[in-house]
Order: sequence, then C-alpha cells, then structure tokens
Amino acid sequence: MKAAAFDYLRPRDVGEALAALRTADAKAIAGGQSLGPMLNLRLARPKLLVDVSRIPALKQIEDEGDAWRIGAAVTHAELEDRPLAGCEPLAKVARFVAYRAVRNRGTVGGSLAHADPAADWPLVCATLGATVRVIGASGKREVEADAFMTAAFTTQLGDDEIVESIRVPKLGAGARWGYYKFCRKTGEFPQAAAALLLDPQRRIARLFAGALDRPPQPLDTVSQALAEHGGASADMVNAALARVAPGLGPAARKLRATAVQRAIAHA
Amino acid sequence: MSEGKPGQGVGARLLRKEDSRHLHGRGSFVPDMILPGQREVAFFRSPVAHARITALRRPAGSEGRIFFREDMPEVKAIVAPSSLPSFKLSEQHPLAHGKVRFVGEPIACCVGRTRAEAEDLAEQVEVDFEELPALVDAHKARLDRANRIHEEWDDNLYLTLSLDNGFEAESKKADVVVKREIGLSRQSMNPLEGKGTLAVWDDRANQLVLYSSSQTPHLLRIGIARFLGLPEEKLRVIAPDVGGGFGYKCIVFPEDLCVAWLALRYRKPFRYIEDRREHLVAGANSRQHHYNLTAYASKEGRLLALDAEVTIDGGAYSNWPFTIGLEPGQATGNLPGPYDFRGYRVKTYCVATNKPGFLPYRGVARTGVCFAMELMIDAIARAVDKDPYQVRLMNLVRPEQMPYDNVARKHYDSGDYPRALQMAREQLDVEKWRERQKRGEPDGRIIGLGFASYCEQSAHGTSVFAAWGLPMTPGYDQAAVKLTAGGGLEVRIGVQSHGQGMETTMAQLAHQVLGIDVARVQVVHGDTGTTPFSTGTYASRSIVMSGGAVLNACKELIPRFVRIGAHLMKSPEAECRFEGGKVVGPAGGVSLADIAEAWYMRPERLPDNVDRQGLEASLAFKPKRDTGAFSYASHAVAVAVDPETGQVEILDYVVVEDCGTLVNPAVVEHQAIGGIAQGIGTALYEEQQYDANGQPNASTLADYLIPGPTEIPNIRIFHLESPSPYTELGIKGMGEGGAIAPPAVIFNAVNNALDPLGVEVRETPLTPEKLLAAIEAAKAMPKREAA
Repeated sequence: MKAAAFDYLRPRDVGEALAALRTADAKAIAGGQSLGPMLNLRLARPKLLVDVSRIPALKQIEDEGDAWRIGAAVTHAELEDRPLAGCEPLAKVARFVAYRAVRNRGTVGGSLAHADPAADWPLVCATLGATVRVIGASGKREVEADAFMTAAFTTQLGDDEIVESIRVPKLGAGARWGYYKFCRKTGEFPQAAAALLLDPQRRIARLFAGALDRPPQPLDTVSQALAEHGGASADMVNAALARVAPGLGPAARKLRATAVQRAIAHA
Repeated sequence: MSEGKPGQGVGARLLRKEDSRHLHGRGSFVPDMILPGQREVAFFRSPVAHARITALRRPAGSEGRIFFREDMPEVKAIVAPSSLPSFKLSEQHPLAHGKVRFVGEPIACCVGRTRAEAEDLAEQVEVDFEELPALVDAHKARLDRANRIHEEWDDNLYLTLSLDNGFEAESKKADVVVKREIGLSRQSMNPLEGKGTLAVWDDRANQLVLYSSSQTPHLLRIGIARFLGLPEEKLRVIAPDVGGGFGYKCIVFPEDLCVAWLALRYRKPFRYIEDRREHLVAGANSRQHHYNLTAYASKEGRLLALDAEVTIDGGAYSNWPFTIGLEPGQATGNLPGPYDFRGYRVKTYCVATNKPGFLPYRGVARTGVCFAMELMIDAIARAVDKDPYQVRLMNLVRPEQMPYDNVARKHYDSGDYPRALQMAREQLDVEKWRERQKRGEPDGRIIGLGFASYCEQSAHGTSVFAAWGLPMTPGYDQAAVKLTAGGGLEVRIGVQSHGQGMETTMAQLAHQVLGIDVARVQVVHGDTGTTPFSTGTYASRSIVMSGGAVLNACKELIPRFVRIGAHLMKSPEAECRFEGGKVVGPAGGVSLADIAEAWYMRPERLPDNVDRQGLEASLAFKPKRDTGAFSYASHAVAVAVDPETGQVEILDYVVVEDCGTLVNPAVVEHQAIGGIAQGIGTALYEEQQYDANGQPNASTLADYLIPGPTEIPNIRIFHLESPSPYTELGIKGMGEGGAIAPPAVIFNAVNNALDPLGVEVRETPLTPEKLLAAIEAAKAMPKREAA
C-alpha cells in the first residue's frame, strides 16, 4: 500500500502554487489526512503534489471586526487551541475532529475542499453562515459555505483553484449554538450529525443535518419553528429529514432524527 | 487486582523486562530489518472471489521480477492432512494455480528495490478470468453440490462432526424447550504488526535464514522445509520481536513460501511485509460461526440437554499445521462450557466458502461457543422467569464434582466455578446497579447487567490434539538452562514471546528454583538456531509446557551445584544443600558465582567426581496428564444502552478469573485486558462483510472498526487460585481467556437492558444500526412475542 510515484513541490506563495496547479495532473495537498491514505491506496494518482500547507498567507487568522478570517491551511489543532472571541463554536468543534494526531496536520481548507459529507467543517461552516474565499488564476471569488460543496466529495473548486480562507461571522449577543454528531468510536467520521445556530440579534436561525450522502442539508421548517416558538415537534423533525434525506431505513432515520434533536437540546 | 507476593519468584508482581525496549521504540521487528541488497516483495492478488484463471500475462522483460506459480515448480502446495474420518483436503499453492478462491488470494509475486516499485510491477500483471458464482453464505454453500470451491470434492464440506451423549433420555425430562439462532461475524485478527518475512541465504552457515513474525519458529521451520523440499538443517527460522500473533502467526503462509523460494533461487535477501489492507481483505479468517440451538430445561431452569447444529464458515483453504479441523473440533467439544448437564447432541458442519481460510484466533472456537451457550443460559432464565445469574449458578459444575468429566468428555481438572460467578456479582455490586436501573438514567439511557462464565482448556497436549486429527501433535517441550560464568543464567525456550511477557515470567520461574536475580536471567527464545524444540506459542500453553521444562531443567542443576559447592567448602556432599540461591553446609555457604568460577575458570578447584554435564541442562517436559489444565472465569458488566442511537457504553467490567497458581499477577491481568479489548471488538465493532460476489466491504480501518483506548473501559480483575493437579506448581494457561467472554457478557447485559422493550439481540457485532433497527422493529410490533 504505497503511493504510485509522484513529484512533490512546496511552493513559497500562492502564486507559485497556482502556477504549479495548472500543470497536468497536479493536485494540492495540505494536511494530507484524507489525500494521504488515498495516495497510498492508489485511488488518487496525481503526477504532481503541490503542498500548500506552509504558505504563510494561508496560515493567517485575522480579526475583521464582525468576522474572523481563517486561512485555509490553519489546522484543526490551531483552532482547538485558540478560541476566537465571537466564534467560540469553532474551538468546540475542532476539539472533536478525529483525534489529535489528525488535528495536528489536517486543515480547515483541506477538509472543505475534500468535501466528505460526514466531515465537521462543511456542516459547521454552512450553519455558521461562513464564506469560502477561493483563489485561482482569474483572481479571488467568494462562495457561501452552504453552496461550496455541490455533492459528496465534489465542490465548486476548479482544478487550478485552491481555498484561500474562510470568513466566519461573529455571533451576536445571546446566540445559541448546538452541535451533535454520532460516531461509533472516538475519532471516526460520524454516522449522523446536526448543527443549530439561533442568533436572535442577527435574526438568524439555521439548522443543518450532516453526514448524509450529500452536502449538509438545511432543515428550515424546524429552525423557523425553533426561532418562532422555541420548539419543534418530533414529527416536524422527521418530516424535514424525510424531505432532505429520502429513502433511509428505520434505524438510519432514527439516528439522524436523534442527532437533530440533540443538537437542538444542546443549543 | 492482586498485590502479588514479595520477592521475584512465582506470584511476584514484577514489571516486564521486555517493556523497556518497546516503550523506548528499540524493539526489532522484521519491518525494522534492512540487509544489504534486500529486495521488497508485493503480491498481485485476486480481485475476484471465485474464478478460473484462463490467461496470465506479464510485460516482456519482467521475468525475474514477476513470478507466477509455474515459475516455482519445486515448491509444493500446502496440504494439511487430517486423520478425521470425513475430512477433505484442500491444496493451497504458493501462488494461485488454475483457480482463485477468495478476494486477496496471491496470484503473482513481484519484486522491487522498494515496496512501491514492487507494487508498480503488481499493477502490470494481466489476468483473464472465467468467473464462477461466489459461495459467500456457508448455509447455501453446504447444500450446493453443483458449484464447488474445490472441484475434486463432491460438495463444499471440509468435514462434519457429530456427537451424541445421552441426548434422547435427558431431553425427555425437560419441562421447557428454548430455541435460538445465534451468529458471529467474520473477523480479522489485526495484530499491530501483520505478517512479515525476510529470507536470506547465509553462505557462511550454508543455510537459508528466515526472519519471520512467527509465534512458532520451530513449526514454521518444519513446514517451510517440507513445502520447499529443503533439508530441515538447511533452514534456520528466527522470530525477532513480534507485534502480536493471536493465532494468525502460527501457520505456514503462501507468502512465506514465495519469499523463501526467492532467497533460495537468487541468493539475495527478499522481504515481504503485509500491509493493513492485505490483512483486512486476505486475512478475514476467523470467528464466523452460526448456531441453531435447542435447550431442554427443568421448570426451575436446570439445563438437562442441549441439541446443537453448528455451522462454521471455513473459507477457501485448510491451513498447515492446525487444519480447518481445529475450529469445528473445538466448537463441538467446548460448547457445553462450564455446565453440568448430561444430554448433548451436536452436529458441526465446516463449510468451504470463497473467503480467506479460517485460522485459529485467540480463544479459538470458544469465543463462539461461549457466546452461544451464555446467550442460551439467559434465554432459559427468561423462559422460566428467573434471574439469569441464579440459573447460571445452579447449572455450573460444582467444586465437589472436580475433577469432572463433562458431557463432551472434557476432563475439568480443578476449580470452584460458582465461586467465581458469586464473586463477580459481589464485585459488580449488583444491588447498586439494579437500583439505578429501576430509577432510570436522567439522559434516557437504559442500564443492563450481564454475566458470562466459561472455562478454558489450556496447555492441552498430545491426546487432545491427536483427537483433532492434526498433522502435528505437541508433545514434550524442551528448555535448556545454563549457569554463566559470573553466576547469571541463560534460559533457552522453543516457544516465542510476543506480548506474553515470557522474558519476565520464565525468569521468575528460574528464580523460584535457583534464586538468581531475574535481571541476571537471560531468556532466549524465537530462534531455531539457538533454542531447543517446541511446537511454539499457541493454545495458552507456553507457561505450563515451556515453563514446566524451565522449572525442571533448573532443578536438574541443583545436585551439580551442591557437589561442586560442597567440594569448595571441603564439606561432605551429604551435609550440604541448596538454599536461598547458595550451596550451604556446616562450613558456611558458596555462591553460584563461585561455583561458576570454578567450572569455567578454575577447574583445578573441582572435585574429581564433578558431573560432566556441567552447568547446563536441557530437559523435556509435559504435564502428568495432557487433557489440559482448565482455567475459568466469570465476567460481569453493567452497560448503558442509548435507545435513541443504539450506542452501548460499558460502565463497569469485572473479571474474576482462576488460572491456578499465578506466576505474575500483572502479566495475567494485562493478558486478560488485551483479550477483553479484542472481545469487545467482537461484541461491538468488528466485521468483514461480503457482497453477493464475495467482495469484502472493508479494506481499511475506517471501514473495519476496532476498539481504541476510549472504547475499552476500566477493567477490574480479581483472582482465585485453584492449582491444577496435573501441572508444575499448579500453573494453568490463560492467554486466550480474555477474548472468550466479552461478546457473551455484553450481549447478555444489552438484552437485560432491552428486555422490557421485547428486544433480544443474538448476532455480532452489535452495531448501533443493528440495535436501533431491533428497537424500532420491536416498537412496531403490537405485542411482545413469547420467548
């Protein structure tokens, strides 16, 4: 289980990285926590690996006043160790991404770009209303986090683009955050997950179900009920889930409903 | 936990000597070894489960780097003869020959300067298949005569075993009949280190040297020599540090034969290291049993008779030397467990399927039979509306019945089985948990309590193995001991220690006899070139067999010490004795260092009648009776079941175990903990699933879950010590026991929790999805079904 031969480049800046990514069969790598195993299993066979994990511009965490801008190559561990005022959910979520050895290397941008539907950041960024800044030859563009993943393991990212940073808006006073994921064992990807943000000051109520076979799905009827009535019935949750994730068996349906209920209870 | 006896001898709780090198990362495993000119080997493996190979091609110029079966005609196929009457033999070639029979079967052997280069070559092999229907379900394969795994057979049955002892008469007396279907998933063993073999021709020794991650270097030597057609003295097998065995590493693998053949052919070092994907796919070879059981009991819950149909999914090939007969043999003989009943009828089918060939995994069949039997005991208790603990207690063999010959003709040597169960109940504090169970958890989870008891045949010898029909039966184990100049001791044993702590416990046994500081006892093992013969480390046998040999070999030296010591003190030999590590007599004492000095450096000081065998002794040992020393234990757990997620958390885990005389309580406890971790894997996590085409679903540890540190609870272990009447010092083996009871005890606890919901689960692993599905199904049922 050894990777097929590839060339490796560690560019000094984003420009050099983007130039390298325009060559045939080039692929960006950051922490390598998902791509590494795929290389070893020979499921991914790039000719060139462009390691963006040490580009200083991608490692910044900046306070923009009403939001935090987090560089794509910031690791889960860095977010775990540095709670960001107004974006406290990030550190709480980071603490339970896989296990520490993975968190030391894995990056936020890498996780979004890899687009595993069961990963934490796609769900959390969508729920927090984050924006993904993508950079490519034609410049920068901003994509809403809940639109960035288009299907399982598929994003809006072009072959010659990388994620530059993620902008996460700060929560308003009195905002409530609820997050629940069900993992069979510590460090595994969850089998069901849900995140809830109730931020009355900013008039935001967002609830997403994650760990589906598709991108995180909003459960708007439920989040509206929560915002307006402070509660949502089990039937309402089940109906919302049936709309976004049809065809589940009784056990899978139950597990997802439980994740939603618990995210609500934790908020 | 036992505090242990003072000193360094038997019963002392010493830290393990071997741990320092492992904790410092200074162990030396096959993957650590690099020899000049070494080549790495990778295998092209079958992507399909069942097919005829119609063509096999390699790129021009790759001869000498890519090998097929036809390139190594002198290597014989692995065939393990069995003397069991119905047994059919399988032929496993070092590389696929005409047909492939499971996904992952080696087809071509590829050689590169690096493993990656070897894998590049493996990608260039082309094969044409005529695909055949895959036989994935053992029940269907058993009845399928048209589609056969081994075409020379007339069906897909390796063998059928049956036994009937008093069934008809006993079953008639029953008031209650309880039927259950019980199953276990297919597992791989997942030692931290997989297979690994490095073969090199040693010109100086004129010998092939095989470094192999093996539990049984002497057996491997016999097997490899036999299948390679090499005189045995031309082969030396060295098992360096071995990262866990669990049964996976006590057989001859096709990969071993290929690597050995390459080294013989090209006189260069060749190495193969199994990776995790290969292990999960080509090594999913254990635990998969299915039981149809009918228990006949009195209305009080007394078990009178058991009727069993056992189906073992044997996979594609029978291994050498244990054969596929070991698993059904053990299942048939061990199913009755620690219980006293007199009617038993069993039929055991071992079926060939398109999966990797079944191998003996820690606990061997006993994890399955304990699971089946213990679930039945609880089912009987529910049927007669009694506490499963009470029903279990009433059925256990009682101490006054010992030694006890059970309904399957097993001879239980000693012990107080009910006491272990009673202690487990006390230590778990059942009343506290029952209270909490009644009160209900604030988070909505449901508490359940479970018990499981088993006995474990350990250190069984010639007569037992002969009955399983194996091509190899273990007999005497040898040990060689030598007092070194300076008064230390070398102990050479033919078994291999790979986690059992034998570098420590064997030193403790030597210390017990000779009083030499364990730091001065050097235990040498795992090398056919430097150790006396033993069949090796398996079947919880080493501390009894090899340990018995060490004790006796040490004793053999004592009269020789006394003769030399007496002469050095100028005292009559008859007035001297060996005591406290010295020869003492009327004129004082002589140390072993002085005796060694006289023998090695100052022969002028020796008496004329000195024993010419010197200060070394080699001795063979087997117990007085070889039917086995039976360890036993009761496990008790409290679990919390989350009915909203199907998650099971183990809140408390208690073990009361009896392995006879404890050599080192810490080693015993750590062996138990390791085994229990694996048992928890069986119970809750581990499963290789196959689709209808025989494709395994799990090829990485992301899909095949094994428990990690956070999934293993704090395990509380308590000891009883009932010495075996048949072994040296009454020691019993215990290496496998931990892995036997966890599925049984955890399922019983979950079933206890979910009894009010009408849920009873009986199939490993208990995944959250399975448990949720059972709960949802029960909710959908109008009323609970009668048991």
